[in-house]
Amino acid sequence: MRSSGERGVNEGGEAASAATGRVSIVLNGERRVVGSGLSVAGLLRKLGLEPGMVVVERNRAILARDTLGTVPVEDGDRFELVHFVGGG
Amino acid sequence: MTSGHPDQPFVIGGRTFASRLIVGTGKYRTNGEMVAAIRASAAEMVTVAVRRVDLDRSREEGILHHLDPAEFFLLPNTAGCYTVDDALRYARLGRAAGLNEWVKLEVIGDERTLLPDTAATLEAAAELVADGFKVMAYTNDDLVTALRLEDAGCVSVMPLASPIGSGLGVVNPYYIREIKRRLTVPVIVDAGVGTASDACVTMEQGVDGVLMNTAIAAASDPVGMALAMRLGVQAGREAFLAGRMPAREIAVPSSPAAGMLDRETP
Repeated sequence: MRSSGERGVNEGGEAASAATGRVSIVLNGERRVVGSGLSVAGLLRKLGLEPGMVVVERNRAILARDTLGTVPVEDGDRFELVHFVGGG
Repeated sequence: MTSGHPDQPFVIGGRTFASRLIVGTGKYRTNGEMVAAIRASAAEMVTVAVRRVDLDRSREEGILHHLDPAEFFLLPNTAGCYTVDDALRYARLGRAAGLNEWVKLEVIGDERTLLPDTAATLEAAAELVADGFKVMAYTNDDLVTALRLEDAGCVSVMPLASPIGSGLGVVNPYYIREIKRRLTVPVIVDAGVGTASDACVTMEQGVDGVLMNTAIAAASDPVGMALAMRLGVQAGREAFLAGRMPAREIAVPSSPAAGMLDRETP
Protein backbone atom coordinates (compact mmCIF):
# COMPACT_ATOMS: atom_id res chain seq x y z
CA MET A 1 0.00 0.00 0.00
CA ARG A 2 2.85 2.31 0.86
CA SER A 3 4.97 1.71 -2.25
CA SER A 4 2.29 2.24 -4.91
CA GLY A 5 1.03 5.40 -3.19
CA GLU A 6 4.55 6.71 -2.85
CA ARG A 7 5.33 6.19 -6.51
CA GLY A 8 2.18 7.99 -7.57
CA VAL A 9 3.05 10.97 -5.44
CA ASN A 10 6.63 11.09 -6.69
CA GLU A 11 5.63 11.12 -10.33
CA GLY A 12 2.81 13.58 -9.84
CA GLY A 13 4.88 15.59 -7.36
CA GLU A 14 7.79 16.21 -9.68
CA ALA A 15 5.52 17.58 -12.39
CA ALA A 16 3.70 19.69 -9.84
CA SER A 17 6.89 21.08 -8.31
CA ALA A 18 8.12 22.55 -11.59
CA ALA A 19 4.78 24.24 -12.19
CA THR A 20 3.89 25.43 -8.69
CA GLY A 21 7.16 25.60 -6.75
CA ARG A 22 5.91 23.05 -4.27
CA VAL A 23 7.27 19.63 -3.33
CA SER A 24 5.53 16.63 -1.85
CA ILE A 25 7.33 14.90 1.00
CA VAL A 26 6.54 12.37 3.70
CA LEU A 27 7.12 13.57 7.28
CA ASN A 28 6.91 10.94 10.00
CA GLY A 29 4.68 8.87 7.80
CA GLU A 30 2.39 11.76 6.87
CA ARG A 31 2.29 13.23 3.37
CA ARG A 32 2.87 17.00 3.25
CA VAL A 33 3.27 19.57 0.52
CA VAL A 34 5.79 22.33 1.23
CA GLY A 35 7.38 25.13 -0.75
CA SER A 36 10.37 24.14 -2.88
CA GLY A 37 13.82 25.50 -2.19
CA LEU A 38 13.77 24.79 1.55
CA SER A 39 16.74 23.39 3.40
CA VAL A 40 16.13 20.76 6.05
CA ALA A 41 16.91 23.37 8.72
CA GLY A 42 14.31 25.65 7.08
CA LEU A 43 11.77 22.82 7.15
CA LEU A 44 12.39 22.28 10.88
CA ARG A 45 11.94 25.99 11.55
CA LYS A 46 8.64 25.95 9.63
CA LEU A 47 7.53 23.08 11.87
CA GLY A 48 8.52 25.00 14.98
CA LEU A 49 11.23 22.49 15.90
CA GLU A 50 14.63 23.35 17.33
CA PRO A 51 17.28 21.65 15.15
CA GLY A 52 19.34 20.88 18.28
CA MET A 53 16.46 18.91 19.82
CA VAL A 54 15.66 16.54 16.97
CA VAL A 55 17.49 14.00 14.86
CA VAL A 56 16.65 13.91 11.18
CA GLU A 57 16.66 10.82 9.00
CA ARG A 58 16.20 11.59 5.31
CA ASN A 59 15.53 8.69 2.97
CA ARG A 60 16.94 6.30 5.58
CA ALA A 61 20.19 8.24 6.07
CA ILE A 62 20.83 10.17 9.27
CA LEU A 63 21.73 13.81 8.64
CA ALA A 64 24.54 15.32 10.69
CA ARG A 65 23.37 18.47 12.49
CA ASP A 66 25.93 20.68 10.75
CA THR A 67 24.55 19.70 7.33
CA LEU A 68 20.91 20.59 8.01
CA GLY A 69 21.31 24.11 6.61
CA THR A 70 22.70 22.88 3.29
CA VAL A 71 20.74 19.69 2.56
CA PRO A 72 17.75 20.58 0.34
CA VAL A 73 14.23 19.27 0.79
CA GLU A 74 13.44 17.52 -2.50
CA ASP A 75 10.28 16.12 -3.97
CA GLY A 76 9.58 12.60 -2.76
CA ASP A 77 11.87 12.85 0.29
CA ARG A 78 10.89 10.75 3.24
CA PHE A 79 11.81 12.22 6.61
CA GLU A 80 11.77 10.76 10.07
CA LEU A 81 12.10 13.39 12.78
CA VAL A 82 12.84 11.82 16.16
CA HIS A 83 13.73 12.87 19.66
CA PHE A 84 14.14 11.33 23.10
CA VAL A 85 11.04 10.45 25.06
CA GLY A 86 10.49 8.59 28.32
CA GLY A 87 11.42 4.92 28.19
CA GLY A 88 12.90 2.10 30.21
CA MET B 1 24.72 7.44 54.48
CA THR B 2 27.50 5.36 56.05
CA SER B 3 28.71 2.31 54.23
CA GLY B 4 29.62 -0.75 56.27
CA HIS B 5 31.98 -2.29 53.77
CA PRO B 6 34.40 -0.66 51.39
CA ASP B 7 32.92 -1.25 47.94
CA GLN B 8 34.48 -1.29 44.51
CA PRO B 9 33.56 1.69 42.36
CA PHE B 10 30.78 0.92 39.88
CA VAL B 11 32.53 1.17 36.53
CA ILE B 12 30.89 0.47 33.17
CA GLY B 13 32.85 0.86 29.96
CA GLY B 14 35.54 2.90 31.70
CA ARG B 15 33.10 5.36 33.30
CA THR B 16 32.43 5.38 37.05
CA PHE B 17 28.82 5.78 38.20
CA ALA B 18 27.78 7.05 41.60
CA SER B 19 24.76 4.75 41.95
CA ARG B 20 24.20 1.06 41.26
CA LEU B 21 20.57 1.86 40.53
CA ILE B 22 19.71 2.76 36.93
CA VAL B 23 16.21 4.01 36.20
CA GLY B 24 13.96 4.48 33.19
CA THR B 25 11.88 7.53 32.34
CA GLY B 26 8.75 5.93 30.85
CA LYS B 27 5.15 5.77 32.10
CA TYR B 28 5.24 8.68 34.56
CA ARG B 29 2.04 10.67 34.97
CA THR B 30 3.87 13.98 34.58
CA ASN B 31 7.37 15.12 33.70
CA GLY B 32 7.65 16.84 37.07
CA GLU B 33 6.91 13.60 38.87
CA MET B 34 9.46 11.79 36.72
CA VAL B 35 12.23 14.23 37.56
CA ALA B 36 11.36 14.22 41.28
CA ALA B 37 11.34 10.40 41.34
CA ILE B 38 14.67 10.13 39.53
CA ARG B 39 16.24 12.58 41.97
CA ALA B 40 14.82 10.59 44.90
CA SER B 41 16.29 7.39 43.44
CA ALA B 42 19.74 9.05 43.34
CA ALA B 43 20.34 7.24 40.03
CA GLU B 44 22.94 8.77 37.76
CA MET B 45 22.32 6.69 34.64
CA VAL B 46 18.85 7.17 33.17
CA THR B 47 17.38 5.45 30.11
CA VAL B 48 15.45 7.19 27.33
CA ALA B 49 13.70 5.99 24.17
CA VAL B 50 13.90 7.27 20.58
CA ARG B 51 10.54 8.06 19.01
CA ARG B 52 8.98 10.26 16.33
CA VAL B 53 8.36 13.88 17.15
CA ASP B 54 4.59 14.43 17.33
CA LEU B 55 4.09 16.94 14.52
CA ASP B 56 0.50 17.73 15.42
CA ARG B 57 1.60 18.89 18.83
CA SER B 58 4.98 20.22 17.86
CA ARG B 59 5.18 22.36 20.98
CA GLU B 60 5.21 19.17 23.02
CA GLU B 61 8.67 18.90 24.42
CA GLY B 62 11.09 16.04 24.19
CA ILE B 63 12.56 14.69 27.39
CA LEU B 64 15.71 16.79 27.04
CA HIS B 65 13.62 19.76 28.09
CA HIS B 66 13.18 18.10 31.47
CA LEU B 67 16.36 16.08 32.05
CA ASP B 68 19.65 17.93 31.97
CA PRO B 69 22.37 15.77 30.40
CA ALA B 70 24.81 17.53 32.73
CA GLU B 71 22.91 16.15 35.76
CA PHE B 72 22.10 12.66 34.45
CA PHE B 73 23.89 10.25 32.14
CA LEU B 74 21.24 9.56 29.50
CA LEU B 75 21.31 6.07 28.01
CA PRO B 76 19.33 5.76 24.74
CA ASN B 77 17.57 2.41 24.32
CA THR B 78 16.30 0.40 21.36
CA ALA B 79 13.07 -0.58 23.10
CA GLY B 80 10.31 -1.72 20.78
CA CYS B 81 12.72 -3.11 18.16
CA TYR B 82 12.06 -6.65 16.92
CA THR B 83 14.78 -6.96 14.25
CA VAL B 84 18.53 -6.41 14.03
CA ASP B 85 18.04 -3.69 11.40
CA ASP B 86 15.56 -1.76 13.55
CA ALA B 87 17.81 -1.97 16.58
CA LEU B 88 20.79 -0.66 14.59
CA ARG B 89 18.66 2.14 13.16
CA TYR B 90 17.33 3.27 16.55
CA ALA B 91 20.77 3.01 18.15
CA ARG B 92 22.30 5.21 15.46
CA LEU B 93 19.48 7.76 15.70
CA GLY B 94 20.06 7.89 19.46
CA ARG B 95 23.78 8.44 18.98
CA ALA B 96 23.11 11.19 16.41
CA ALA B 97 21.45 13.21 19.17
CA GLY B 98 25.02 13.89 20.19
CA LEU B 99 25.00 12.96 23.89
CA ASN B 100 27.19 9.86 23.91
CA GLU B 101 27.97 6.65 22.04
CA TRP B 102 26.23 4.34 24.49
CA VAL B 103 23.15 2.23 23.87
CA LYS B 104 20.91 -0.03 25.88
CA LEU B 105 20.36 -2.73 23.27
CA GLU B 106 17.02 -4.51 23.30
CA VAL B 107 15.83 -6.77 20.52
CA ILE B 108 12.48 -8.25 21.47
CA GLY B 109 11.45 -11.68 20.20
CA ASP B 110 7.95 -12.16 21.57
CA GLU B 111 5.13 -9.66 22.05
CA ARG B 112 3.35 -11.36 24.94
CA THR B 113 6.38 -11.84 27.19
CA LEU B 114 8.68 -9.20 25.66
CA LEU B 115 11.43 -11.80 26.05
CA PRO B 116 14.53 -10.97 24.04
CA ASP B 117 15.46 -12.48 20.69
CA THR B 118 18.89 -13.56 21.89
CA ALA B 119 20.23 -14.52 18.45
CA ALA B 120 19.25 -11.13 17.02
CA THR B 121 20.60 -9.38 20.14
CA LEU B 122 24.00 -11.06 19.63
CA GLU B 123 24.11 -10.09 15.96
CA ALA B 124 23.11 -6.48 16.68
CA ALA B 125 25.58 -6.25 19.58
CA ALA B 126 28.49 -7.32 17.36
CA GLU B 127 27.54 -4.77 14.69
CA LEU B 128 27.16 -1.93 17.17
CA VAL B 129 30.43 -2.71 18.94
CA ALA B 130 32.18 -2.70 15.54
CA ASP B 131 30.52 0.67 14.87
CA GLY B 132 32.02 2.15 18.03
CA PHE B 133 29.10 1.88 20.43
CA LYS B 134 29.34 1.02 24.09
CA VAL B 135 26.66 -1.63 24.24
CA MET B 136 24.71 -2.59 27.36
CA ALA B 137 22.72 -5.60 26.27
CA TYR B 138 19.35 -6.64 27.69
CA THR B 139 19.11 -10.42 27.58
CA ASN B 140 17.53 -13.48 29.08
CA ASP B 141 18.88 -15.08 32.27
CA ASP B 142 20.80 -17.50 30.07
CA LEU B 143 24.47 -18.03 30.87
CA VAL B 144 25.62 -19.03 27.38
CA THR B 145 24.03 -15.98 25.73
CA ALA B 146 25.51 -13.78 28.45
CA LEU B 147 28.99 -15.21 27.77
CA ARG B 148 28.58 -14.65 24.03
CA LEU B 149 27.46 -11.06 24.59
CA GLU B 150 30.56 -10.45 26.68
CA ASP B 151 32.71 -12.01 23.93
CA ALA B 152 31.00 -9.72 21.41
CA GLY B 153 32.39 -6.74 23.30
CA CYS B 154 29.41 -5.49 25.31
CA VAL B 155 30.40 -3.20 28.19
CA SER B 156 27.65 -4.70 30.34
CA VAL B 157 25.35 -7.69 30.12
CA MET B 158 21.86 -7.18 31.54
CA PRO B 159 19.87 -10.32 32.24
CA LEU B 160 16.23 -9.92 33.22
CA ALA B 161 14.93 -10.68 36.70
CA SER B 162 11.55 -11.49 35.09
CA PRO B 163 9.62 -10.09 32.10
CA ILE B 164 9.61 -6.34 31.45
CA GLY B 165 6.94 -4.54 33.46
CA SER B 166 5.85 -7.75 35.25
CA GLY B 167 6.99 -6.85 38.76
CA LEU B 168 7.57 -10.54 39.52
CA GLY B 169 11.03 -10.05 41.01
CA VAL B 170 13.96 -12.43 40.49
CA VAL B 171 12.49 -15.68 39.22
CA ASN B 172 15.83 -17.45 38.82
CA PRO B 173 18.43 -16.31 41.34
CA TYR B 174 20.60 -19.37 40.58
CA TYR B 175 21.09 -18.38 36.94
CA ILE B 176 21.63 -14.73 37.85
CA ARG B 177 24.34 -15.73 40.35
CA GLU B 178 26.04 -18.01 37.84
CA ILE B 179 26.04 -15.28 35.18
CA LYS B 180 27.64 -12.91 37.69
CA ARG B 181 30.24 -15.52 38.68
CA ARG B 182 31.23 -16.23 35.09
CA LEU B 183 31.34 -12.79 33.47
CA THR B 184 34.02 -10.15 33.81
CA VAL B 185 31.97 -7.17 32.59
CA PRO B 186 29.39 -5.67 34.96
CA VAL B 187 26.18 -7.67 35.26
CA ILE B 188 23.14 -5.45 35.71
CA VAL B 189 19.75 -7.03 36.27
CA ASP B 190 17.31 -5.29 33.95
CA ALA B 191 13.53 -5.66 34.19
CA GLY B 192 11.10 -7.44 36.47
CA VAL B 193 11.73 -5.79 39.83
CA GLY B 194 8.39 -4.93 41.48
CA THR B 195 9.17 -3.44 44.86
CA ALA B 196 12.04 -2.59 47.19
CA SER B 197 12.46 -6.14 48.52
CA ASP B 198 12.95 -7.35 44.93
CA ALA B 199 15.66 -4.74 44.43
CA CYS B 200 17.29 -5.89 47.65
CA VAL B 201 17.12 -9.59 46.73
CA THR B 202 18.51 -8.77 43.29
CA MET B 203 21.53 -7.00 44.73
CA GLU B 204 22.03 -9.77 47.31
CA GLN B 205 22.85 -12.08 44.40
CA GLY B 206 26.07 -10.11 43.99
CA VAL B 207 25.25 -8.42 40.70
CA ASP B 208 26.77 -5.02 39.96
CA GLY B 209 23.58 -3.06 39.52
CA VAL B 210 19.89 -3.07 38.75
CA LEU B 211 17.81 -1.24 36.16
CA MET B 212 14.11 -0.56 36.61
CA ASN B 213 11.33 1.68 35.36
CA THR B 214 7.76 0.47 35.90
CA ALA B 215 8.24 -0.45 39.56
CA ILE B 216 8.86 3.22 40.33
CA ALA B 217 6.68 4.91 37.71
CA ALA B 218 3.62 2.75 38.36
CA ALA B 219 3.76 3.00 42.16
CA SER B 220 0.99 5.04 43.82
CA ASP B 221 3.72 7.40 44.99
CA PRO B 222 6.64 7.18 42.56
CA VAL B 223 8.84 9.55 44.57
CA GLY B 224 8.36 7.45 47.71
CA MET B 225 9.02 4.23 45.81
CA ALA B 226 12.13 5.71 44.21
CA LEU B 227 13.55 6.35 47.68
CA ALA B 228 12.57 2.82 48.76
CA MET B 229 14.35 1.39 45.71
CA ARG B 230 17.46 3.40 46.45
CA LEU B 231 17.51 2.01 50.01
CA GLY B 232 16.65 -1.51 48.79
CA VAL B 233 19.55 -1.52 46.34
CA GLN B 234 21.87 -0.18 49.02
CA ALA B 235 20.68 -2.73 51.61
CA GLY B 236 21.08 -5.60 49.15
CA ARG B 237 24.57 -4.50 48.20
CA GLU B 238 25.63 -4.13 51.84
CA ALA B 239 24.18 -7.55 52.67
CA PHE B 240 26.06 -9.13 49.77
CA LEU B 241 29.33 -7.51 50.84
CA ALA B 242 28.73 -8.49 54.46
CA GLY B 243 28.22 -12.13 53.49
CA ARG B 244 25.03 -13.77 54.67
CA MET B 245 24.86 -16.70 57.12
CA PRO B 246 24.22 -20.12 55.64
CA ALA B 247 20.54 -21.08 55.48
CA ARG B 248 19.55 -24.16 57.51
CA GLU B 249 16.34 -26.10 57.70
CA ILE B 250 16.59 -26.72 61.47
CA ALA B 251 16.81 -24.27 64.32
CA VAL B 252 20.06 -23.34 66.04
CA PRO B 253 19.65 -21.50 69.35
CA SER B 254 20.94 -17.96 69.56
CA SER B 255 21.42 -18.03 73.33
CA PRO B 256 23.93 -20.26 75.15
CA ALA B 257 22.77 -23.81 75.95
CA ALA B 258 25.10 -23.71 78.97
CA GLY B 259 24.20 -21.94 82.23
CA MET B 260 20.54 -22.91 82.38
CA LEU B 261 19.09 -23.13 85.93
CA ASP B 262 18.51 -26.32 87.97
CA ARG B 263 21.01 -28.36 85.94
CA GLU B 264 23.49 -30.63 87.78
CA THR B 265 27.10 -30.54 86.69
CA PRO B 266 28.10 -34.18 85.92
